[in-house]
Amino acid sequence: MGLFLIRRTLISLMTIVIISMVVFGIVKSAPGDPYGELATNPSISPERIAELRDALGLNDPIPQQYVKWAGQYIQGDWGDCFSTCDRVAPYIFGRIPVTLAVIGSSFILSLLIAIPIGVISAFRQYSLFDQFATTFAFLGFSLPTFFTGTLLIYIFGIRLNDTPLELPFIFDRTVEGVWANIRQAIMPILVLGLASSAALTRFVRSSMLEVLGQDYIRTARAKGLKEQSVVILHGMRNGMIPVVTVIALQIPEVFGGAIITEQIFSVPGIGNALVSSIRASDNPVAISITLMIAILVVIFNVVADILYALLDPRIKLS
Amino acid sequence: MSQEAKLTPGQISQPAPASNRTPRLSDANSRDELMKARKQRTLWGDAWMRFRKHKLAMLGLILFVGMILITFIGNALYGRPYDSVFEYDSSVGPNPDNLLGTNSLGQDLLAQILWGGRISLAVGILAATIAILLGTAIGAIAGFFGGLTDTILMRITDIFLSLPQLPLLLLITYLFSPSLQQWSSERFGSVNVGVFLLIIIVISAFNWMTTARLVRASFLATKERDFVEAAHSIGAKRSSLMLKHIMPNVLSPIIVAATLAIGTAIITESSLSFLGLGFPPGIPTWGSMLFNARQYLQTSPHESLIPGFFIFLTVLSINYVGDGLRDALDPRRTK
Repeated sequence: MGLFLIRRTLISLMTIVIISMVVFGIVKSAPGDPYGELATNPSISPERIAELRDALGLNDPIPQQYVKWAGQYIQGDWGDCFSTCDRVAPYIFGRIPVTLAVIGSSFILSLLIAIPIGVISAFRQYSLFDQFATTFAFLGFSLPTFFTGTLLIYIFGIRLNDTPLELPFIFDRTVEGVWANIRQAIMPILVLGLASSAALTRFVRSSMLEVLGQDYIRTARAKGLKEQSVVILHGMRNGMIPVVTVIALQIPEVFGGAIITEQIFSVPGIGNALVSSIRASDNPVAISITLMIAILVVIFNVVADILYALLDPRIKLS
Repeated sequence: MSQEAKLTPGQISQPAPASNRTPRLSDANSRDELMKARKQRTLWGDAWMRFRKHKLAMLGLILFVGMILITFIGNALYGRPYDSVFEYDSSVGPNPDNLLGTNSLGQDLLAQILWGGRISLAVGILAATIAILLGTAIGAIAGFFGGLTDTILMRITDIFLSLPQLPLLLLITYLFSPSLQQWSSERFGSVNVGVFLLIIIVISAFNWMTTARLVRASFLATKERDFVEAAHSIGAKRSSLMLKHIMPNVLSPIIVAATLAIGTAIITESSLSFLGLGFPPGIPTWGSMLFNARQYLQTSPHESLIPGFFIFLTVLSINYVGDGLRDALDPRRTK
């Protein structure tokens, strides 16, 4: 186990280093100069610009620039924002909890939807319930997040206006009180949760179908166990293991969905910050957030891998 | 049982001994009749037969092909301009004059849907094609050669799989878009060609990994089979082993992956446009129509809901096609 942990951590560290190189390389190979606007400013002389570039290390060789940048990134010194904020690091770290809260609760919601529906669907294959469930999962699978969001705003924010079901669709940071905050979080969480639950339901169903067809399930039935304990205790225990991997594979997609959802509902998370920074040409913020999301994705993947190894004794740990 | 009854179709052409007249197969005329009565079945013909039985997949195919047709010829038939501003009253709901209503700038919504759909569909299909070709090439090379090549290629695939797609897509389009727009306006006289190419390239660059893994796995399994060994032993070249002998056997999963990739690519392009980072303003792709209409959701919801519905319908139909193909191309999957 220890060896597996070390190996897995080392691989993911390497992945993070490579991803950071990719991000840095993309930014460096992009044409245009982040300080290009200074050149058009008449009050700054060309000599001063050259001085500035020298001081910022923009004339150093690219690998040297990367090492310097990576070193600063690790130490938490992410530089100053161009326009959207003051310092990059506190700005982003202030927003990460919001994003993680939205992603986390939507994840729980999607599990709560997908597992029961997928299991019942597999247990009663080809029944009316199964047909409804698979059809809805298929529809949900083809619904892009931005359309679900727009649709929910239209239904709960506009159509049900002045009814108890009306939900606020613009996130307001100044809102006080627990219930008011939960209320305004419902729609973003619903959009993200529904999006990932569709794919998850399909997977839970097929994984359970595979497990329920196995010999040991027939044995369990043959020795006279109740259907409930056959499906829940024997079936689900093995059927849920591959689901962990699928969740891990979905993580990059979930972050993508979070960016769009945060944008639709103005949730003050890192996804929203990323889009605003790109619109405002605020390079340091955009780069730092992209790398931050990449790191989060890798960390979650490691956690899922370790969970998978712990859950499935057939996986060799070394 | 007579000997001729056991003959396989390949042996039929050999002349049967004249003395033995009982079996019908040896008779030239009745053989033709027999062939006519029982139509020859091919692998693809069988797949098509199974596909046709999948009603929703057929409906999806008709819808998707119909969508391609109407977006490419619809504008000429409908005859309303898509771009001139305030041609009609703004933000009017669907009516006989403007079948799907107008947007806040007084442009006909159906004309825009038709014109923009062309771009959304073209981006989806082209990006999916490139992604599938790339994924197939990488997967085939990794699976066929194995060893170090395999390890390196699969490591790269893993890294791409753990990259956060959308943030990187946003970053790349934002960083490279201005210079590409300049390049394409000098080269082609229009900034849109550059954006079109950029979007296709970035979407396909992040969409090939699952295909690569799939193709690699199929190649690994197929290259150990006896017929490949046989082809190898009679001196078939590596390229012909890969393309002629193994590839046809791994084609089915690739075709299914290709259909599903179109849906993903259409959603990705719409997401980019929806975030305001796709095509420049004035190009009404379905995603950017939604982006522009969002602020008017309260007063004229049809402006947002109609393009969104078109995206949903297109993706849904192509996904159903993929679902039907998956069942049709795999004879072992019986419903």
